[in-house]
Amino acid sequence: MTTAWQPSPSLPPPASTVGAVGWARSNLFSTWLSSVFTVVLSLVTVYFLWQILDWGIFSADLAGKDQSACDGDGACWVFVKDRFNFFIYGFYPDAEQWRVNVMFFLLAALIFPQFFENAPYKKALGWIFLTVYPVVSGVLLLGGAFGLEFVDTDKWGGLMLTLVLSYVGIVAALPIGILLALGRRSEMPVIRTICVAFIELWRGVPLISVLFMASVMLPLFLPEGTNFNKLLRALIGITMFQSAYMAEVVRGGLQAIPRGQYEAAAALGLGYWRSMWLVILPQALKLVIPGIVNTFIALFKDTTLVLIIGLFEVLGGVQSAIIDPAWQNVAAEGFFFAAFVYWIFCFGMSRYSQALERKLDTGHHR
Amino acid sequence: MADQPTSGGGLQPSKPPPWNDPAVRSIVFQVLALVVLGWFFWTILNNTLANMERRGISTGFAFLDRAAGFGILMSLIPYDESNSYGRTFVVGLLNTVLVAFLGIILATVLGFVLGVARLSNNWVIAKLATVYVEVVRNIPLLLQIFFWYIAVLQALPGIRQSITVGDAFYLNNRGFFFPKPIFGDGFGLVWIALIVAVAAIVCLRKWARQRLDRTGQQFPVFYASIGLIVGLPLLAFLAVGAPLSFEFAELQRFRLAGGASVIPELMALLWALTMYTAAFIAEIVRAGILAVSHGQTEASRALGLKNSQTLQLVVIPQAMRVIIPPLTSQYLNLTKNSSLATAIGYPDLVAVFMGTTLNQTGQAVEIVAMTMAVYLTISLLISLVMNIYNRRMALVER
Repeated sequence: MTTAWQPSPSLPPPASTVGAVGWARSNLFSTWLSSVFTVVLSLVTVYFLWQILDWGIFSADLAGKDQSACDGDGACWVFVKDRFNFFIYGFYPDAEQWRVNVMFFLLAALIFPQFFENAPYKKALGWIFLTVYPVVSGVLLLGGAFGLEFVDTDKWGGLMLTLVLSYVGIVAALPIGILLALGRRSEMPVIRTICVAFIELWRGVPLISVLFMASVMLPLFLPEGTNFNKLLRALIGITMFQSAYMAEVVRGGLQAIPRGQYEAAAALGLGYWRSMWLVILPQALKLVIPGIVNTFIALFKDTTLVLIIGLFEVLGGVQSAIIDPAWQNVAAEGFFFAAFVYWIFCFGMSRYSQALERKLDTGHHR
Repeated sequence: MADQPTSGGGLQPSKPPPWNDPAVRSIVFQVLALVVLGWFFWTILNNTLANMERRGISTGFAFLDRAAGFGILMSLIPYDESNSYGRTFVVGLLNTVLVAFLGIILATVLGFVLGVARLSNNWVIAKLATVYVEVVRNIPLLLQIFFWYIAVLQALPGIRQSITVGDAFYLNNRGFFFPKPIFGDGFGLVWIALIVAVAAIVCLRKWARQRLDRTGQQFPVFYASIGLIVGLPLLAFLAVGAPLSFEFAELQRFRLAGGASVIPELMALLWALTMYTAAFIAEIVRAGILAVSHGQTEASRALGLKNSQTLQLVVIPQAMRVIIPPLTSQYLNLTKNSSLATAIGYPDLVAVFMGTTLNQTGQAVEIVAMTMAVYLTISLLISLVMNIYNRRMALVER
């Protein structure tokens, strides 16, 4: 007589390898050295976190209007509150600040849909962002038309100036960068040499020297009598610098397009510009969007350098506010605020670019 | 059949008209580009000369020989106000090289530690490293420099209330003071011993490698190297009678006299550059290690290699191939970023030469050109070395 062999049901895994205990054993206390690190580092982290929270929140002063409101124990956020307007708008006249707010709002409204996959009119909004928006914002901020009061650029400052500098830098650098990248891959030796020289020149020097050059040498280059304001000079310097980096990013995309695409475009009888515009660039630019966002992050951080030639964006504003004798010992508070503003923007953008990379990174792995 | 043409123009494409001929077009475009470029430079040159004449600035590099007449906070070579503008260039250049050199070493060490820490099995270590990287690389470098300089170093106590360790090291808002080593007679022999030790290690490694290939026997190269590099100079040092003494900084009424010191500007700049660049290097190292496929590790285990050997002989060589190119560009970035020294007054090339010297002489074109040429030369040199290295390291495929 035979009986079918019945396997006994599997035993559950040992209690020490599953759940919270199992996780802790393999991730926190796997060896004695690891355990020491876990304990020591946790204690140090908790201590510093407590110190920072205590300074920044529990003992901080938020109410009041001036220095006397701060007892010196924790952070003096009254200072940031008092100067907040300056950090955002610079010297922009109070009565006209709604114009800056409209610019901020439009920017947010145009950018927001880009984060969603199925947002309606995504492409159209993208084009508006690159073409119509700069004109509208320029008129809004500068004024002098449509009954808006003229506000000179030397009154611009704070976060608004940071956004203007980085936005103009990237939008102006994009077309120049594309042309340079195409030129660098051109078959005409003279064009190629010119583009390579241009790109390597700007990429090889620090942005500070470019800004110095824009502020001291540009006036020398121009015919007598013409004069730019400081902001425009900085913008020209930043655009030149940025377009070289942009060119290298776009070149990466161009190199990733298989040769067959170029040949197919030629076989269809398309000329150089039409094959680039209709076949190559749409594919290449899509590939390099994460790269463009990354250059944008770098540019966003680099805009702080304009304070060296006397423009006051967020960091410049903070820097000039902390040396104001009306406030004492507020350097840390000011820098924390500025760091927070930059961090929010840069971290958000880097997350966006990472998500894009994951989304675009399809079908290339074997 | 006979009436079919066997030669002649029938099957050849007809020659396009010149305005449609790609070869002709290409030449026209290039000539046009050259003409436009030439006109552009010609206009700029003319305008510049006219503008400079109007402002009464003479052109040329004669100003480099004139006396500078301003002091510099820190100099690696003897310098005083009677020296020439040319010497301010050298002083600035050396200060830039100093901060870039130290920054590269420190950032590499910190960056590799952080990069490996991000991949650690220990959750706390990995998370802390991640938080560090995400925080530091998303905050502008200039802000970090300001933070360390203004909010930390300038907030330190004054000289009388210095933080001190055993009256040998002092930290205050004037900088960091430490005992200055004074090398006595015969100390040169120690340096020679050090060089000999390095040469011996190179030979030893080569010999050990050959022996390994020939006989399969291993030689403890690592411990032998440490023994050589520590032992030889130490022996030489003792042989010549330990000719080394220290000059301690001494607390006087208003200052610390003697000893050696690091100015706070250098400390803030170096620290900020190191922390910032290390965050980027950590990401590069992490990506490089992750790029080595797991099969490689498993294969080397299967061959019976120890953990340390797997790391040394299999993982690191392959990871380095991915790591080195972006690492070099980070080194270049660090060197270029060191020009932010201007903002806190560390006397680097840009601050001294493009700042003070330019303001005093007004020779904008010459000075900007010289400064940019320095940075360009450094980047082109590093790219050149990089390309050679890449060619040697590139995978040799069948």
